[in-house]
Amino acid sequence: MKEAEAVPNSKSRGSGARFEAQYAAYRREKRIYAFLFGAAFLVCLVAAAITAKFDVVTLIRGLPRTTDFLEKLVPPIGLATFAHDMREWYWDIGRWMDSLLSTLLMAFLATVLGTAIGGFLSFFAARNLAKQYLVYWVMQRVLEIARTVPDIVWALMFVIAFGIGPLAGILAITVHTIGAQGKLFAEVNENISPLPIDGIRAAGGTWFQEIRFAVLPQVIPNYMSYTFWRLELNVRSATIVGFVGAGGIGHDLFSAVQLLYFSDVGAILLIVVATIMLIDVLSEMFRHSAIGKASFAQ
Amino acid sequence: MSVRLADITAADIAAERARFPRAFAPTPRERMHFWFLWGGGTMLTLYCLYRFGFFSAGFLHGVSKFGSVVVAQLFPPKGFANLPMFMMVMGETIAMAFMGTLLGAVFAFPLSFLASRNMTRSRPLQFGTRRFADLLRSFDYLIWALIFVRAIGLGPLAGIMAIAIVETGTFVKLYSEAIENLDRKQVDGVIAAGGDGLQRIRFGVLPQVLPMMLSNTLYMFEHNVRSASILGIVGAGGIGFLLADRLRAYELQEACLIILLIILAVYAIDYLSKTLRERLIGDHRRREPVDDAVQT
Repeated sequence: MKEAEAVPNSKSRGSGARFEAQYAAYRREKRIYAFLFGAAFLVCLVAAAITAKFDVVTLIRGLPRTTDFLEKLVPPIGLATFAHDMREWYWDIGRWMDSLLSTLLMAFLATVLGTAIGGFLSFFAARNLAKQYLVYWVMQRVLEIARTVPDIVWALMFVIAFGIGPLAGILAITVHTIGAQGKLFAEVNENISPLPIDGIRAAGGTWFQEIRFAVLPQVIPNYMSYTFWRLELNVRSATIVGFVGAGGIGHDLFSAVQLLYFSDVGAILLIVVATIMLIDVLSEMFRHSAIGKASFAQ
Repeated sequence: MSVRLADITAADIAAERARFPRAFAPTPRERMHFWFLWGGGTMLTLYCLYRFGFFSAGFLHGVSKFGSVVVAQLFPPKGFANLPMFMMVMGETIAMAFMGTLLGAVFAFPLSFLASRNMTRSRPLQFGTRRFADLLRSFDYLIWALIFVRAIGLGPLAGIMAIAIVETGTFVKLYSEAIENLDRKQVDGVIAAGGDGLQRIRFGVLPQVLPMMLSNTLYMFEHNVRSASILGIVGAGGIGFLLADRLRAYELQEACLIILLIILAVYAIDYLSKTLRERLIGDHRRREPVDDAVQT
C-alpha cells in the first residue's frame, strides 16, 4: 500500500545493491505484517465461529428448507387464471393496504416530530452555537443515547407504557430520529460560516435572531436532504417495529409468519419491497431535483 | 460614484422594487408553492397526530406511565450477578456480526465485479446483478431473520444468515462503486505487459480497491454489531433475545444493564474499527461514503 517507503532516499540513488537490500527488507516487513494480520484474522474467525455456534452441517441442512420456505411464499399462479389467482393470493389486500398506509403515516409523523425536536436540539449540540460547554456536552450525550439504542428497543419500552399499537412505534422511531437528526444537523451547524452570526450579533440581534437569520439560511438545504433520507430510513423502521407490537405492516407480517400463512407472508413481503423501492426512487429524485446537487455537495 | 444610505428615498426603493421584483420577494407562484407545501405538510401532520391518538386521554396516560413505570424503574441497573452470562451472550452477538459480515463480503466479492460497468461487458448482466443486490438490501435484517428463524430454526445461525444476505446486497453496491471509480491506467499497464484476465484483476484492480473494500467491510461490521444486538428479538440469536425477554417480563433494571452493555460494546467496536480504518485509508477526516448506503 505504501510503495513510497520502498523508494530509497536520494543519498543511495544509483546504488543498485543498496536498493535491492532495502527493497528486500521492505518486502520482508510487509510479509511479516501480512502474516500477523492473517493469523490474527484466523484466530478471530475461529473464535467467532465457535462462539456463534456456526455449524456448516446445520446450515447445509437448513438451506433446502429455506428454499422450500421461499417457494411456499408464492402460491401457484396460472397464466389463464391469473386474475383469479392474484385475487386469491391478495385476499386480504384491503387490510394490508390500510396497514401500509398506517406504516407510511407512522414514518412521516415520526420524521416530522423527530426532525423538529432534533433540529431544535442540534443548535445546543453544535460547538459553535452552544453558549456553554456543559450544555453542548450534555446534549451530545443525550443525542448519542437516543440514537445508539435501536428503535426497536425503544419500541419495546414504549409498548409497555402505551400498549400495543402504532403510537408506541411512532414514539420509538421519533426518539431514534431525534438522536440521528440532532447529530447530523449539529455537524452541519458546526460547518457554517461564522460571519453572518457576527453580523447579526454586531447589529444587536438576540440568540434566536442569530439562529433565524444567520444560521438557518446556511443550513436549510442540508437539513432538507438529510430529512428526506431519514424519511426513507424511517419507512424501513416502520415496517419492522410491528414485530414487537408497535403497529404498521410489520404486525401483519409477524403474525402471518407465526401462523405459518406462507402465501400471506409472500404477499406482504412483496408489498413491503415494492414500497421501499418506490420510496428509494422517489426520495432520490426529490433529493436531486428539488434541492439540487450543489447544496448537497458543499 | 457612491451612494450614501441616507440619500436613498422610499421612492427610489419603490422604483427598484418595480424594476427587479424578484430581488425583493418571491413571485406569487413561488409563494403559493411554498404555502401549499407547508400548509399540506401541516395538515397531514395534524391528521396523523389525530389518527394515532396523540390528542386522546390515552396519550397523556401513556406519557405518565412511561415516566413512572419505564423511566423510573430503569435505574439503577440491576442483575450484576448475571453479568458474566450477559457478556458471553454479547460476545455471541459480536461473533454473529463478524461471521455475517464476513460471509456477506465473501458472497459479494465476485458479484461486485459482475455489477461493475467497467468489468462486465454485458449490460443486462451488470444491471441485473445490481438490482438483485438492491433486492437483498431492501428487506431489513429483522425480516430476513424472521424468515431464517422459520427455515433453519432459532439460534445465532439464522441471525448470521440474515446479516450475510443483507450485507451481500450492501457490499455488492459499495464494492462495485469502488471498482467503477478505479484508475484505468494501472489496468492498462498490466494489459500492456501481457497480463491475462486474472492478473489484470490481481495487479491492476485489487491494489487500488482493496483498502477501500476492507474499510467498507470494517465499517459495516461496526454497523452490524448494532443490528446483531436486536436480531434476538425475533429469536435469531444474540443479546436481543435476553433484552426483549427482560423488557417483556418488566425486569427493567436488568434490561437497563443489558442496554448499557450493548452501548459499551458498540462504542468499543466503533473505536477499534475506526482505528483500523484510519490505518487502512489514512485520512481520518474524510466522511465515509458508505454513510449514504446504510442506516444509522
